Amino acid sequence: MIEVRDLHKTLGTQRVLCGTTFSIEEGEAVVIIGRSGGGKSVLLKHLIGLMTPDSGKVLVNGEDLACLNERSLLRVRRQFGMLFQTAALFDSLSVFDNVSFLLRRERRQTDGEIRRLVSEALDMVELAGIEQKMPGELSGGMRKRVGLARAIIHRPAVVLYDEPTTGLDPIAAARIDQLIRRVWGHLKVTSIAVTHDMKSARTISDRILMLHEGEIYASGPTADILSSSDPVLNHFVNGIAEPRTAPIN
Amino acid sequence: MLPKFQRHFREFLRELGELSVLVIEAARSLRYRTPSCREVLAQMYFVGVRSQSVVMTTGAATGMVLCAQTFFQFHKFKMESATGAVVSVGMSSELGPVLAGLMLTARVGASMAAELGTMKVTEQIDALRTLATHPVDYLVVPRLIACTLAAPLLTAQAVVVGIAASYAVGIHLLGISGPYYMANIDRYTDPSDVMIGMIKATVFGAVIALVSCYKGLTCSHGAEGVGRATTDAVVAASITILVSNFFLTVFLTRLFAP
Repeated sequence: MIEVRDLHKTLGTQRVLCGTTFSIEEGEAVVIIGRSGGGKSVLLKHLIGLMTPDSGKVLVNGEDLACLNERSLLRVRRQFGMLFQTAALFDSLSVFDNVSFLLRRERRQTDGEIRRLVSEALDMVELAGIEQKMPGELSGGMRKRVGLARAIIHRPAVVLYDEPTTGLDPIAAARIDQLIRRVWGHLKVTSIAVTHDMKSARTISDRILMLHEGEIYASGPTADILSSSDPVLNHFVNGIAEPRTAPIN
Repeated sequence: MLPKFQRHFREFLRELGELSVLVIEAARSLRYRTPSCREVLAQMYFVGVRSQSVVMTTGAATGMVLCAQTFFQFHKFKMESATGAVVSVGMSSELGPVLAGLMLTARVGASMAAELGTMKVTEQIDALRTLATHPVDYLVVPRLIACTLAAPLLTAQAVVVGIAASYAVGIHLLGISGPYYMANIDRYTDPSDVMIGMIKATVFGAVIALVSCYKGLTCSHGAEGVGRATTDAVVAASITILVSNFFLTVFLTRLFAP
């Protein structure tokens, strides 16, 4: 369904992606792990055409995103939903307007149907009855759940999650993980998340890809990756800092 | 010195190119898509209704000063009654559109650049794109329509208030004869002067919306980026208005010449 071939991206002077290659099949629940600043979010943005690669290809159902202009990309993006790290809710719109944004723009449903779909989406993220609240009135966890409701209301085929649990307390993070798993199970979507939260990765994925120095260093079933004895994987998964070799002045 | 100038010139050309792409994209959106009525009305309210007090105050103050200064100079040649004509023509074709444009830039342009810039740095623009919505369709076009329609109306309001204020100052404070004042306004103000002013205001409205939206959409990261985008939008739109005013005056005066 999604195929990334030899992707290269440099931001400023930093080479972020250096020949990243992998593919994701329909219905998979994949987590991309890697160190902070290692290019995970950049990679995720390439999957939905928010960033253009310097070279390489991102194929969605065989269609190369680099060959499409911004307007053609809108058609491809209709198949995606995305939860941003900061939720990225439109702060001048109410929760209802945020969640119903795409449906109201497309004008394919009646107002009554849209209200019902918004209510269902908010129910699914356990936030029923907050339609009239503004994003500024919500906590971080609630904002992410509203962001998730907005990402799934149009029944996308793929849902992308950018650091879904970053900045949340352990209970809120666990709730988001459960919701991601529930969305994957109930809506039969392809789920792709980037995170460096190993607890979250364990809960929400069936397969893990590790992005290391701009390339896919490892790929495999979640249990295998988390129990790997490979030093790079092992250090990352268990949070072992590399010993400092240079003397401290 | 020369490399720095070359760098700035290259940067200017790049921005001009990107702005042109935005103009083309906005034109394409206007041609093929119906803009959201709700968004356009919301922007009309913000740009038009909420700017009235600022623009009318500017018009009144300018009309009064222009009247007083013209009177003091014309008084030397016993031509006081021509004051109304100078104020009327000056306000209609030059000062009205330019000053209303500058006030709109300060109030509306700055706000647009800051709003879009904040949306950019908080990933709301990216969120918009993931929701299969082109930022130009949703953010730029309603603002462009609102500014283009509201600017001439606000300018007309500024001109009328300016002339009325100048009448009050001229008649009641400076002692000019009322009937002569009005007769000279009527005699020397050509409909083409008003038309030129309205065309200019329409162009300035479009300039304010496009430049401000461009600066907001291309804002760099962080609070500093939003601040810089806002300042750049006000400076760029103001300079564009002042410079283009000269060329519009020359072009439109020739176009409307009898």
